[in-house]
Amino acid sequence: MSADIRKIAVWVEETHREIGKTITPPTRKAVAVAVIANPFAGSYTEDLGELMEIGAELGGLLGEKCVAALGITPAQAESYGKAAMVGENGELEHAAAILHPKLGAPLRKAVEKGAALVPSSKKMGGPGQVLDVPLGHKDAAYVRSHFDGIEVRLNDAPRANEILVAVAVTDSGRPLPRVGGLTHEDAVGEDGLR
Amino acid sequence: MHDVEIRKIVTSVEEIFHEGGPRANTPQKRGAILAVIKNPFAGRYVEEIEPFMEDLKPLGLDLAQRLLAALGGDPKLIEGYGKGAIVGAAGEVEHGALWHAPGGYAMREVLGGAKAIVPSTKKVGGVGARLDVPVTHVDASYVRSHFDAIEVGCNDSPRADELLFVLVMTTGARVHNRAGGLAAKDITGEDGLR
Repeated sequence: MSADIRKIAVWVEETHREIGKTITPPTRKAVAVAVIANPFAGSYTEDLGELMEIGAELGGLLGEKCVAALGITPAQAESYGKAAMVGENGELEHAAAILHPKLGAPLRKAVEKGAALVPSSKKMGGPGQVLDVPLGHKDAAYVRSHFDGIEVRLNDAPRANEILVAVAVTDSGRPLPRVGGLTHEDAVGEDGLR
Repeated sequence: MHDVEIRKIVTSVEEIFHEGGPRANTPQKRGAILAVIKNPFAGRYVEEIEPFMEDLKPLGLDLAQRLLAALGGDPKLIEGYGKGAIVGAAGEVEHGALWHAPGGYAMREVLGGAKAIVPSTKKVGGVGARLDVPVTHVDASYVRSHFDAIEVGCNDSPRADELLFVLVMTTGARVHNRAGGLAAKDITGEDGLR
């Protein structure tokens, strides 16, 4: 069964300057959000398989929305992340069912490769609440310049029987990285870590 | 003459499929674009601020064009619009008023001469402040189905010495509009009101 999507929102931010310095080219981050009906709101359901399938559907859809919004090829994506916020009639485990079993594979297809773990966060919340989506390098989790996050918030979601699902993709790291560590250029990107 | 020093540009687009009622055949899109720029008048009272409106015209046009592109690029599909400003804490609300002409006229130009006044709001706020930007029909302000608002904001903006300027556009009425009044199909569209 496919997701009952009430709303999709896509957000792109470009940073042109930071603390007086010009960023060339601007760093860019995108986050795409789907607000869906929670099929298991209101009562305990043992088998969460339906949400796992919805996760697979949204991983591809939202990953492609981000890449399109950035106007890049999938290979140009550098970091990614995912998160979900469950409305109050749901259960935190519903977010886990969407995010963890099946969302990753189609997202990795949307950004080409993606050897690294997709960093994630989850919580329960209501309309207007902020969800911080963690970001990490898509092929080498230890790339220090790409540890970041992006905030999403929709004034009308998630309602009690909804789940807000977010996928973030960037084509760059932080605007002025200078805390050392593994760099994008030096990453091998085979084992997902370095 | 002051430089328009852009720190950040943020674009967001929502697609609304339903809100608990019948699913829309074509999802309504609601787009917003924010530019975060340095406030050249921050920190002191400056009497003569009006020339900055001229400096802001290219930014207005660029944002209006980008927003239209994010919504699909066809000016005929844009049915609602609005604008707003958040002034960082070292500025005054009057600085936000500088956006009226460059923001409003840029949208009307890009949309091929929209007739209605562009509704607006403004305030002084800190980083993460939210602004509910009003939306009305582009050719006839009294069209009831198109009265709406889009909440915008950005977690790191506006800093004290910054201005956050906003333009918003929509591609249609509220998804389940049924509160009567002047309908878009019944407007004359000449005086900007009906």
